[in-house]
Order: sequence, then structure tokens, then C-alpha cells
Amino acid sequence: MYFDAIAKIVAERTGCDVSAVKPESKFSELGIDSLDTVELLMSLEDEIGIEIELDQKVETVDDLDKFIQSKQG
Amino acid sequence: MKLKGKVAVVTGGSRGIGRATAEKLASLGADVAILYAGNGAAAEEACSVLRAQYGVKAEAYCCDVASAAAVRETVAKIRDAFGTVHILVNNAGITRDGLAAVMKEEDFDRVIAVNLKGAFNMIRHTAGFFIRNREGCIINVTSVAGLMGNAGQCNYAASKAGLIGLTKSIAKELAPRGIRCNAVAPGFIATDMTGDQAENPLLQMIPLGKMGDPADVADAVAYLATAGYVTGEVLRVDGGIAM
Repeated sequence: MYFDAIAKIVAERTGCDVSAVKPESKFSELGIDSLDTVELLMSLEDEIGIEIELDQKVETVDDLDKFIQSKQG
Repeated sequence: MKLKGKVAVVTGGSRGIGRATAEKLASLGADVAILYAGNGAAAEEACSVLRAQYGVKAEAYCCDVASAAAVRETVAKIRDAFGTVHILVNNAGITRDGLAAVMKEEDFDRVIAVNLKGAFNMIRHTAGFFIRNREGCIINVTSVAGLMGNAGQCNYAASKAGLIGLTKSIAKELAPRGIRCNAVAPGFIATDMTGDQAENPLLQMIPLGKMGDPADVADAVAYLATAGYVTGEVLRVDGGIAM
């Protein structure tokens, strides 16, 4: 479960309140474009100390959370 | 020493244009990782020259750029040794010339795999450094064959034309992070790859009347490596043949 870590980074990047980030929030609605998502993932790698290769599109915060979990297997 | 503290990766860096480019970038202060496919002795020798002559860090890595897995592994080794990458020169290239009507499928595929997909693989696996650093510069070595076409080189020309599309797309994708992507398009350059061209009638068509030197191309690469407001450009270094 990486939701909290993702929400924190999203909030830092966009300047929004962390409570405004929900699992179902779309990155596009949060003002995060596809290139930002790649950067976000890099920040996450630093934060949680894992290496993730993003090889698919993620639309929502929950998509990303699930994607990382799937990679952690 | 405009490139002091920068790390450059040059594919196909053991000889020809790649080697001249590695030397030029090192002369400007950059640390250099050379990727080579076959000639390990030449690559190691190039590295020792760079270290001795310019006092930079230089390492050689054997890597088939057509293989995504090999590129990934090699880039990880470069990260361990150099920390990051600031400049990527996709120079590795091969020819398998022949008329399209009789060309073997594998000759078409291999040229595209090394020249075009190889550049993609390198960009794919170094983009993370550039995005993290919020700076970076990619230079793809294409060819005037990609601009003009060349009978007997449909595979090579297609791969080089493809590199131009790749260059412009990457330039657009990464520009928001301050990362630039350009291409140089050499004409007839005297290297092992071009061999003896003394009898080639195309030489008569070069406005400047002679073949180029690998150092001419290396100078253009160095310009693009430092030209902060230039992106998506294809810079011909061809004595005027493709104008």
C-alpha cells in the first residue's frame, strides 16, 4: 500500500492539500501530466527505496498504487 | 572546459565518428563512457587515450544496443561507475547494403535494430537521468542518406530517416524538462565503415569537393552538446551534398 507516499508527493508537487488526493483521483485532474507521472515515480523510488520500471499507463492514484504493488510481488 | 563535470555516453565509440566524438567531448572536460559492439581492444585503447590526454574518467562497455536487456544492464553499470548521464550520443551504426529487390530480411531487420531501435533503447534507459537532472542532451548521428535516400541502402537510409523522426519526437517530449535532442547528418566521412571511396562518382557531387573527417562531425556534436537553445535540429555535416 503506497497510497500515503503517493499522496504526499502529489501534494508536494502540486501544492494541494494531501487530503484532496483520493485513490480514485485522476492524475490529469490533479494537474499532473504523463511526464510528471514519470517524475513522480522517480520521487517515489527515492522515497520508498525501490526501483520501478513504469511500462504502462496509469490514470489514477490507485492505478499507480496497484502497479507498484504488482511490481513488488 | 565547457563540459567539465558532465558525463557523456557515446555508442559505437571505439572508432570512426564515435571515437572522434568521444575525444572531442573529453577535450571539453566531459567524463566519457564508450559503448562498443566488437572491438574491445580499440575501445580500451580509446579510453586510455582520453584518460592520459585529457585527465577525464573514461570506461568502455561491450553492449549490443539492439538488445533492450543489454542496454538496460549497461546503463546500470554506467550509473554505478559515473553516477549519472548528461549527454548521450547515439552513434552506433552498421550497414548491410544491397538492392531492395534482393535484400535478405535479416539484413533489413538488423540495420533497423542497431541504428534505430538501438538509439531508442539508449534513450529509453537514460531518460530517467535526464528527467531527474532536469537537464540533458541527446545527439543522434543520422546520415544524409536519411535525408536524400541512397540506392543500395534502403535499410540504412530508412533507419537514418527514422532517427530524424525519433529525434524530433524526443525533442518535443522532453523539452518541458529542459532536455534537448538533436541530430547530426554526416555526408561522406572517411572512416573504416565508408572504406575507400576514391572512385565513387558521388564525390564529384560534394560542393566542398572532398570527404569529411570524423573530427568535423565531432565538432558539430560538441556544438549541439553546448547549444542551450537548439533542439529538434538536424545539422548536416556533409560538405553541402544534401543542400
